[in-house]
Amino acid sequence: MAIKLLDTQGTPLENQKFTWKDLVQEPISKLDDDAFTRVRIILMNGIEQQSNRFKHLCSQMNGELRKPLAVVRRSEHHQQTMINWLLSGDHSPIETTIGYEQVAIEVTAAIAQQEPDDYLAQVYRFGLLEDFDHMYRYAALLDRVEGKDANNILQSYTDVVPGRPTAEEHRHPHDDLREHYDRKTAAPITKMNALTIMSGEYQTRDYYMNIGPTFSDPIARQLYAEIASIEEQHVTQYGSIIDPDETMLEKWLLYEASEVYNYYCCVESETNPRIKAIWERFLDYELGHLQLVSGLFKKHERRDPAEILPETLPAPIAFESQREFVKKTLKAEIDLRTSGTHFVDKAKESNQSQEYRKQVNSEGSPSEAIAEGYHWRPGTELNTDRAA
Amino acid sequence: MREAKMGANRTGIDVSPVYSKQMISDAEELSPPPSESVMMAAMEQQYIEAAHGVGSVPLPGTLKGVLKTAGKKVGGHNPEVLINKLGERLAYERSGVRLYQSFIRKCETLNGASQSPIPLDGLREICMEEAEHFQVLKECMESIGADPTAQTPDADVSGVAGSGLMKVITDPRTSLSQCLEAFLTIELTDQASWELLISLCDEMGLDEISERFQACLAQEETHVERVKAWYQESVISQV
Repeated sequence: MAIKLLDTQGTPLENQKFTWKDLVQEPISKLDDDAFTRVRIILMNGIEQQSNRFKHLCSQMNGELRKPLAVVRRSEHHQQTMINWLLSGDHSPIETTIGYEQVAIEVTAAIAQQEPDDYLAQVYRFGLLEDFDHMYRYAALLDRVEGKDANNILQSYTDVVPGRPTAEEHRHPHDDLREHYDRKTAAPITKMNALTIMSGEYQTRDYYMNIGPTFSDPIARQLYAEIASIEEQHVTQYGSIIDPDETMLEKWLLYEASEVYNYYCCVESETNPRIKAIWERFLDYELGHLQLVSGLFKKHERRDPAEILPETLPAPIAFESQREFVKKTLKAEIDLRTSGTHFVDKAKESNQSQEYRKQVNSEGSPSEAIAEGYHWRPGTELNTDRAA
Repeated sequence: MREAKMGANRTGIDVSPVYSKQMISDAEELSPPPSESVMMAAMEQQYIEAAHGVGSVPLPGTLKGVLKTAGKKVGGHNPEVLINKLGERLAYERSGVRLYQSFIRKCETLNGASQSPIPLDGLREICMEEAEHFQVLKECMESIGADPTAQTPDADVSGVAGSGLMKVITDPRTSLSQCLEAFLTIELTDQASWELLISLCDEMGLDEISERFQACLAQEETHVERVKAWYQESVISQV
């Protein structure tokens, strides 16, 4: 399916309507649906959440655009609701967390491979190994606190082994900042990749910040506090790769294009026909938003959106197991650290990050405690026969 | 059809033999040697030692009525123990009414398609009795000067314990037998808790209250028997 970004009208805003019943449909089956259906749901929730946040901030800084921002934002708020409510109530918060980390691993790995800019591909690989370790820690939590197997959620697509140790991921804020792409020379896919991953990480941070205090177990409370802090670092990292010199409307245009692209990726890969129909519907909604913003871009900036956007969409994100790529990256880059915006060997990590880490870990490390001696096996730790 | 059926469940390792083999082999290669977490236990113990309770029992300004007039025997006991437990039972019965109301709506919708329909009259009767028990507890709390609108610590904790059961019963996707299993847990706990409450009243010499509670317990015993029978029947009828 080739979509001409600027020539496709999509669904006009006035036809983007919802009812409460429409918003709250039957959720997916935790047991029977493919794990990648859940991955897409979580990702698209994050994409819509960030789009909403961006538009609220724009509205606070630009009076003239408030009306169109409010109209598009309302539609996107309801899109997010319908998507997020597809997660069924039998997912425990830790099981949903496993789903969030599967998104972070599989989508970041796919994007790292499709990113044409070598430095930015390195940024994605760097973050990937950290989220990969979070999966291991949360899987240990799920097993050791709830007595459940993370692979019931992962469906064997994603490994549960240590990555770059979470306890070593804590860095000084300056060492989380990266060089940004150049808005004039970067490929459109580079800009959309950045928005996709930043949005995913931002919702993960927010999710952990919301559910962390709902746990009664002290280790769970500490672990969510610790990993939420890394997700905050990741939002800092991925937010900083975006060119700060883009105008507000240029950014808005890119957000809408990125949403079109992400829904397109979902449509191309979805295996559940009922969910695929939702992706198709929202792809058309986003094309409608893009048309509106293209008009605003022309009117207010007197520029052609074709300066920013590609004629057709890039190849879709590969929603499939990235096991081999992750293992290869793990082997080659586990010891990478940062010094300012540079990636360096752990021996050359900045002093300020080492000091920062020493402080936050000085009263113990929840990520080390929960996973001490943890070895995932089917069924899992207590299932000793099957491991033999 | 929501009773047990064969289908495309993807959660086990047998669904993806190739991926599962890789996953197991990667875990073998890249995980540390298996061991218990000593650090986890130490961290939990630190928190347990430092923790305060979930909250306090709202004691009445002055004890009155039955508790005051029960004489010396009450004076030798801690009335907050009783008030805590009365508050717990009251909250439990009130939630129980809501859960039965929800389940009755589900049965009204699904009974027609079920191999083993649940008698609606029986459910409504239990629901009504739970509501009566709530009233009995309210009156007893008021009679001793305790505030029946306050949430006591054990009421709070019992609500947390029941939150999973509530999720099961109110999920439109769950079957009648899945809900009945949740109700069996609820009723077994309820029965044992009324027994405890009666022992507590007897210990404190609150004879009148104990008598009223014994009538409630007799009804709770029938709830256990009926729910257990419906549950067994609903599962066996699927075989």
